[in-house]
Amino acid sequence: MGTLGGAGLAAAAGPARTLGMEGERRASLPHSSGLPAGGAGGESPGGTAPLSGSSGSSALLQAEVLDLDEDEDDLEVFSKDASLMDMNSFSPVMPTSPLSMINQVKFEDEPDLKDLFITVDEPESHVTTIETFITYRIITKTTRGEFDSSEFEVRRRYQDFLWLKGKLEEAHPTLIIPPLPEKFIVKGMVERFNDDFIETRRKALHKFLNRIADHPTLTFNEDFKVFLTAQAWELSSHKKHGPGLLSRMGQTVRAVASSMRGVKNRPEEFMDMNNFIETFSQKINLIDKISQRIYKEEREYFDEMKEYGPIHILWSASEEDLVDTLKGVASCIDRCCKATEKQMSGVSEALLPVVHEYVLYSEMLMGVMKRRDQIQAELDSKVEALNYRKADTDLLTEEIGKLEDKVECANNALKADWERWKQNMQNDIKSAFTDMAEENIHYYEQCLATWESFLTSQTDLHFEEASEDKS
Amino acid sequence: MEQAASDPERQLQPAPLEPLGFSDPGLEAAVGEEAERSREEGTGDGMMTENNFWLKKIEISVSEAEKRTGRNAMNMQETYTAYLIETRSVEHIDGQSVLTDSLWRRYSEFELLRSYLLVYYPHIVVPPLPEKRAEFVWHKLSADNMDPDFVERRRIGLENFLLRVASHPILCKDKIFYLFLTQEGNWKETVNETGFQLKADSRLKALNATFRVKNPDKRFTELKHYSDELQSVISHLLRVRARVADRLYGVYKVHGNYGRVFSEWSAIEKEMGDGLQSAGHHMDVYASSIDDILEDEEHYADQLKEYLFYAEALRAVCRKHELMQYDLEMAAQDLASKKQQCEELATGTVRTFSLKGMTTKLFGQETPEQREARIKVLEEQINEGEQQLKSKNLEGREFVKNAWADIERFKEQKNHDLKEALISYAVMQISMCKKGIQVWTNAKECFSKM
Repeated sequence: MGTLGGAGLAAAAGPARTLGMEGERRASLPHSSGLPAGGAGGESPGGTAPLSGSSGSSALLQAEVLDLDEDEDDLEVFSKDASLMDMNSFSPVMPTSPLSMINQVKFEDEPDLKDLFITVDEPESHVTTIETFITYRIITKTTRGEFDSSEFEVRRRYQDFLWLKGKLEEAHPTLIIPPLPEKFIVKGMVERFNDDFIETRRKALHKFLNRIADHPTLTFNEDFKVFLTAQAWELSSHKKHGPGLLSRMGQTVRAVASSMRGVKNRPEEFMDMNNFIETFSQKINLIDKISQRIYKEEREYFDEMKEYGPIHILWSASEEDLVDTLKGVASCIDRCCKATEKQMSGVSEALLPVVHEYVLYSEMLMGVMKRRDQIQAELDSKVEALNYRKADTDLLTEEIGKLEDKVECANNALKADWERWKQNMQNDIKSAFTDMAEENIHYYEQCLATWESFLTSQTDLHFEEASEDKS
Repeated sequence: MEQAASDPERQLQPAPLEPLGFSDPGLEAAVGEEAERSREEGTGDGMMTENNFWLKKIEISVSEAEKRTGRNAMNMQETYTAYLIETRSVEHIDGQSVLTDSLWRRYSEFELLRSYLLVYYPHIVVPPLPEKRAEFVWHKLSADNMDPDFVERRRIGLENFLLRVASHPILCKDKIFYLFLTQEGNWKETVNETGFQLKADSRLKALNATFRVKNPDKRFTELKHYSDELQSVISHLLRVRARVADRLYGVYKVHGNYGRVFSEWSAIEKEMGDGLQSAGHHMDVYASSIDDILEDEEHYADQLKEYLFYAEALRAVCRKHELMQYDLEMAAQDLASKKQQCEELATGTVRTFSLKGMTTKLFGQETPEQREARIKVLEEQINEGEQQLKSKNLEGREFVKNAWADIERFKEQKNHDLKEALISYAVMQISMCKKGIQVWTNAKECFSKM
């Protein structure tokens, strides 16, 4: 990924930001647009412009930032904090041994190893006397032996997905479970089920299931298999087997209390992980807001541009000698308008869903950290009890032994999954932003071609007219 | 060169700097540096050969603007901007220019000059001044007259105005214009002494008054219609352009936030950090590039605005024609009625009602002597009236001929200028696209290295 702190990169970044030693970078100073004149390979605009413009523009940028922070309402989201709901620290399912997990670390870009293919499509509306809801068709194709057949088709609703997620979290409290799309968005939703919303959700659900399928451990989860294959009644009956709601609630209360203790004794590497997650969460949220805002501004720009071209046509009706030129300008503007539309659609496909998924992931991660802390807290409380001889020493020692194993497993599972997750995140972010850049390049290239061809046609005429005058 | 209408008072000509009839198409028009910067190629290049003889000898530039405070007519303190006008004469042997005059003028003096020109050259499409107050602003632009960007654009607009006047075949010979460039003190008094305000037809100011013209000139009616359309379409275009600019500004500037956040994010990333950091830098570059882009577009908008205001000047010529036509028709009507009165008196038949006639009937017939006297007066008036009608007719025909010649000249200028402006707009868009490609290509490279 390139050398760190090298002179070449420092030149690219400019002195406004410093590149420190490996792994260490200063959080940036309050943002300034005062770029060094002529620095950074000549991309900065002419000498004085950024500086003279900066007082105005950086104020605006600050305002933009403030805007974004206050704009919480835009994306107010009710997503369940699953760590409090379905957490069950006494999971009957033993996590896979740490060793086997490390060996199974696999990246998503290895399609030849895939033996489970899932698609989510065909949303359908169902109306009953009590409610209206949407189901999605899920088609699974597999070569795995443990599946009774090689192809399955089922219908699931959002609730079912929620259930699945809960079960996965229960079974693997310190694995990074993929996030589900939000239950609903408060602002801007007139109708709960408008087409865009459904389509966005469908894509996200598709992503969700595929991420599980690609996960080395989760892919073999029994509940996952049931989800993909069981008919509706089978699923209902399967759901009823599991720790009751009341017992889960009881554990929740204890869990909240004990997680605080877990934080105190958190090992160093998990402290680092936690710090990363906190900062990452903050930044990805901002990026999400920025990206949404850009989309909004582009939409408004597009709307104005639509009106701009036709005025030139209107004008050409009263100007005999300027008809060609005016019509030419109008046509260029219209074509650029179309290019804008295309760019917007491309970016909203490539970037927005990815960034948003990672916003949800960051919430997930915080939940995972909490669960790990809780598991550790259990151990710590037993150890404390032993120290104060509060109960039967032998029993305690045995329990402590089990818990120590449990903690070690949990920690290792998380560590391995963490590395995997980070690698995926890097790849996903990298390709999302690269695609966005590509969309923008393509947009400008299209517009450039349009205007250049107009200019050529005009200047050719110009020369023709000029030579006619002279002769 | 065609002269203004035959009113002898109107012939205010400067002592010409060069003998008239001078023409040297080979000599390029000498234009000042500032003038070249203003996209005023229409008057600058050799396109209008015989019209450029004034420009060939002198260069005019409005080179500076300065804030001043002073006391106004009511002895109150006020702040205003003064503009430095420099005139250079070009030695045609070696092309060197020598500063001959330099003085300071404020906007109101330009307005006075223009008002004067409107009165004395009603058949000319008089070049417009740049706007008094900022219109068609988008959110970044200040509507404040003291704002430096506004002042700068006005400086260019005023220079453009002077160049337009100086390159006009008729207006350039005007003495008051010459004095405007050369005589700082007392110029105002000199203008006022011409009494032009008295000459100004107050009816021209009454915009809403309509005059029933029985035989309107079709060409002028069409021209008025055209000027209305021109005004309407350019206003619309400028309004939408301002909105588009506003939106575009928003798009670019929000990208700047990426820069800040990427930089902060890079602090926690080992492998991605460098790519993020440098990509962030490019986002900053992108965000700040919009300032220059929109600044250039503002000059384009100013070019369109000039023609928006020219529409008004066209309308003024039409209006003057309308009034002349109306006066002509009124005079003809008056003459006809006097002739009829005369005839009635002579023959004794009363066909038209007149107060005199009624009173005569009521209080007794007038004597033959009285009647003779009246006929004589009427005959004199009729004579006078016929003379006046003749001269008005002549005036009218002269006006139409001269006006139409100037309108043709204007049309050519307009077509040339607007075409150039539209082409320059395309050039601006091309430049913006190239910048965009460069920035995003750089950013893409940084992203792909993450």
